[in-house]
Amino acid sequence: MNLSMKWLSDYVDINMSVHDFCHGMTMSGSKVEGYETEGEEISNVVVGKILSVEKHENSDHLLVCMVDVGKDSPLQIVTGAQNVKAGDVVPVALDGSTLPGGVKIKKGKLRGVESCGMLCSLGELGLTTHDFPYAVSDGIFILQEDCKIGQDIKSAIGLDDTSVEFEITSNRPDCMSVLGLAREAHATFNIPLNIKEPEFKGNNEDISSILSVEIENKQLCPRYIAGIVKNVKIGPSPRWMRERLRASGVRPINNFVDITNYVMLEYGHPMHAFDLRYVKGNKIVVRNAKDGEGITTLDGIERKLSPEMLVIADAEKPIAVAGVMGGEYSGIMDDTSVVVFESACFDGASVRLTAKKLGMRTDASSRFEKGLNPQNALPAIKRALELVQMLGAGEVSGTLIDRDFSDKTEKGVEFDPQWINSFLGTNISAEEMKEYLSRLGFKVENGFAYAPPFRVDIECKADIAEEVARIYGYNNIPSTLVRGEAKAGLTPKQKYARKLENTMLSLGFNEITTYSFISPKYFDKILLPKDSKLRNTVTITNPLGEDTSVMRTTVLPSMCEVLSRNYSSRNLSAKLYEIGNEYIPAERMELPFEPARLCIGMYGDGIDFYDIKGAVEEILEEMGVCDYEVSACAEGCAFDEFHAFHPGRRAVISKNGIAIGIMGELHPEVLENYDIGTRAYAAKLNIPEMMELSNLEKVYRPLPKYPAVTRDLSVVCDDSIPVAELEKAIKSAAGKILEKVSLFDVYKGKQIADGKKSVSYSIVLRSHEGTLTDEQADSALKKILKALEALGAELRE
Amino acid sequence: MLKEALEKIEALAKSELSQCADEKTLEDLRVKFLGKKGELTAILKQMGSLSAEERPVIGQLANKVREDIESAITMRRQSLKEELTALRLKAEAIDVTLPGKKREVGKLHPLTQVLNELKDIFLGMGFDIVEGPEIETDHYCFEALNMPKTHPARDTQDTFYINENVVLRTQTSSVQIRTMEKTKPPIRIISPGRVYRSDAVDATHSPLFHQIEGLVVDKGITMGDLKGTLETIMKRLYGEDAKIRLRPHHFPYTEPSAEIDVMCFKCQGKGCPLCKGEGYIELLGAGMVHPKVLEGCGIDPEVYSGFAFGLGLERIVMRRYGISDMRLLYENDLRFLEQF
Repeated sequence: MNLSMKWLSDYVDINMSVHDFCHGMTMSGSKVEGYETEGEEISNVVVGKILSVEKHENSDHLLVCMVDVGKDSPLQIVTGAQNVKAGDVVPVALDGSTLPGGVKIKKGKLRGVESCGMLCSLGELGLTTHDFPYAVSDGIFILQEDCKIGQDIKSAIGLDDTSVEFEITSNRPDCMSVLGLAREAHATFNIPLNIKEPEFKGNNEDISSILSVEIENKQLCPRYIAGIVKNVKIGPSPRWMRERLRASGVRPINNFVDITNYVMLEYGHPMHAFDLRYVKGNKIVVRNAKDGEGITTLDGIERKLSPEMLVIADAEKPIAVAGVMGGEYSGIMDDTSVVVFESACFDGASVRLTAKKLGMRTDASSRFEKGLNPQNALPAIKRALELVQMLGAGEVSGTLIDRDFSDKTEKGVEFDPQWINSFLGTNISAEEMKEYLSRLGFKVENGFAYAPPFRVDIECKADIAEEVARIYGYNNIPSTLVRGEAKAGLTPKQKYARKLENTMLSLGFNEITTYSFISPKYFDKILLPKDSKLRNTVTITNPLGEDTSVMRTTVLPSMCEVLSRNYSSRNLSAKLYEIGNEYIPAERMELPFEPARLCIGMYGDGIDFYDIKGAVEEILEEMGVCDYEVSACAEGCAFDEFHAFHPGRRAVISKNGIAIGIMGELHPEVLENYDIGTRAYAAKLNIPEMMELSNLEKVYRPLPKYPAVTRDLSVVCDDSIPVAELEKAIKSAAGKILEKVSLFDVYKGKQIADGKKSVSYSIVLRSHEGTLTDEQADSALKKILKALEALGAELRE
Repeated sequence: MLKEALEKIEALAKSELSQCADEKTLEDLRVKFLGKKGELTAILKQMGSLSAEERPVIGQLANKVREDIESAITMRRQSLKEELTALRLKAEAIDVTLPGKKREVGKLHPLTQVLNELKDIFLGMGFDIVEGPEIETDHYCFEALNMPKTHPARDTQDTFYINENVVLRTQTSSVQIRTMEKTKPPIRIISPGRVYRSDAVDATHSPLFHQIEGLVVDKGITMGDLKGTLETIMKRLYGEDAKIRLRPHHFPYTEPSAEIDVMCFKCQGKGCPLCKGEGYIELLGAGMVHPKVLEGCGIDPEVYSGFAFGLGLERIVMRRYGISDMRLLYENDLRFLEQF
């Protein structure tokens, strides 16, 4: 809402700086976004009178004028415009003047002839022919204003208003008007408010002989008022009206359009004007649209209507969508002779749904949908007719048709000063509260506060508390602290997440944050088959674009995107992680699952599969998950993302038959799809499963009292046997004296037959009961060898 | 005779010891002079030929010579060690200005860094941290927050819809409703998390961003408590000099509602380009929980009252680090991430 300060001063006398006004209004709830003083960029431009016009001696298209600017001697000014003659009164930019757009005018020579300034066009002053319809757009602005030679141009053409931009909240449609803001200014600054009831004196004609109005749906149209103007004279509206519209950000069109806009801005009530010629049967019916009905709206678009929409119809068809937009013939045309003014009130929710369904949010609908005061319809139409008379724009019919079904019962809200004080934490006297409320137009009687009819937002005592608080001043409320016990802490899940975070950092991974929604095409990029369950997504019906249209069912593509972006920004290596959710549709449930995932990605010189595996192992150990299994993954893997990995370099991690995670080298095709020109690795771990399978309880184990025996063991076996199986065999065969088994070499090549490999372990044995004898150690080793032999592994000689 | 021999041995030992340059030679010398087959032992073996008067004198002398040689050896060993150490230390000098060997330490995303700081501030003030679903029913996201389907405020929250009844949450207040439905006051929680609005991506907008909403419900909670709590938070976050101001505003789920501005850090309220001349920067929204919202959650507004507030994490992070383009936060370029 842009407010003209000149307009506001019709109702309240603002005797303070604009800055103070804006601050005060902001602090009482009408937030000022900023303000702009018209003509701010114009300086040193005055009214001048052309005394003579002569041809330029060196040019065919330039003229040399002598101009009286109210100084001792006239100025010589060269102009390129051809529409000036002696006697014209024009805006003259003097030497050293400024114009909109940062233009500076200086004395100079034009083709050898001195020019002491510039004659200005409308455009050069930042104006259009909408502001001054009598002027031309392609020549000098010949003034027809009542002004003095030498007078500052800004005051001469009324370019000295200040426009204040307000951000009005949706609960205060009444403040979307000059009157509403005048009332707020009155309450805020405690200055007198002068509102006059508009009056018009029409002819003696009975309006009902010209027009009939019938309301079929009184629920959606609690009030409808119609007025008539005959012998309409369409023309430009007067300068003061055009100036105020302009300052309010509305373009002046003609007197009738301007009047409806003027009243909407002043009273906050949208009006509509019909040409009676196009109201068939001289009858207005407010009803729901009929099945299959349509309307071509003012903007020339044909629209289908549905039965829940309210329309203004004539005897035959809809001529306007109620509260949204008029039909194509309903506007005012140059040959219009009888105008029907409509000032009505429609149900906000209904207007909102209709406007949304038709995809046309208009100035009117955005006001109606917030819920307007039916009592405002009458002064609004009176004001419109008063203006018609004032402007001599037509003959006003003396009576109105007023179909009023609105609820006029006053609704009181409990006024309990003690409760208000205890709610706000203040100590404001009841008298003071009453004073604030009365300034806001409330009536306080018998323990009840009655809101003025324009305050459709007041419903409960908390609303009254807010009214008191905002006039008292939010910042005058004393600050206190919440009393009561303050005990808070992280939940086990939150602690687990923090620990995971710390682990990732200590392992040298940088955290990333990615969008939760992805493109369905990403599933192709990570090579998911067409029937993959991960393609069953939670889908956004109104996404910004395909790229962000589905909620991710896997965190992997987000990581691939980031790896790709870093690779293309020439970051030589990257170690990244994200803790984020996946969104998995849940059958027969309204809401999907949102399980948390850890996703890791890395690439760089010297990084291979065993780096990501090592990282995963360290994470699991730190997070209390031990005794898990790692196996190569194949078809039927619990993680459908396995398709995204190199078939020979991917593994699934599980424990007790529960899949915890997947890791591997990204498939060369995936790397290609993401333009990653190096091998890259990724892993995904399911955090809830990790937490479920973890044991972070620490119990002290006594330090060993007896020395350990270390034996190295090399076996030769089929290359196809995973070392994990050898290790498993060693562990189960050695019994409880096995302290540690660590692989230190895998060798293929010379001395080893084709298809075989040599695997070497260092085995640490220790007893907690006594020093191990050689016999005990040998016997354990024998058992180990026997178990290994069962797998086809033989001691390497 | 023997006496001279002893004195000669001592003199010889001392002279040879002083020439000795390493541990091995030193040991050889010890054996040579003091060993079982050493020179001193050889002389002592001749003691039997001495007279009874001479024997104790020579014996004494012999012991003294042994002691002297022993102590000379010890001293020589000590000084040898010192010399060797000195040599070694000298040889081992390095250029300490060469770069150190760094171990990579990961960095938290700036959003998480600030979020963790905020969480710790709130935990310290007795707020529990509660999480909830990002994909939410219309009921929890709007209806229960006093925004029925026809409410005009819904237009300002451009919502992503999954279906008519399920949305991507536009605020984490939905978590507050879930908490109030199942917890009896006193309630003191924050609900941080991702929220979604259909804003096209640009320097200051993102369809996904993070909010931290707070809720306090108990008997006798006042608007003064809201103000005091927010002041404390801002002081913990921005330092003891932080000043806030409250402006009346409107939210469907609070009444009275307020927007909270913090005094511009750069100009201390005088007005500068950072705060667009306002002197204050808009930081968060807050208010007293609307009685209808409490009632809808089964909390009697005649007995209990409460306040709620919500702040945007991105805005705080961007201001703290001077980040002017929000897109950087979601691009995850290491050259960006490693700065924090």
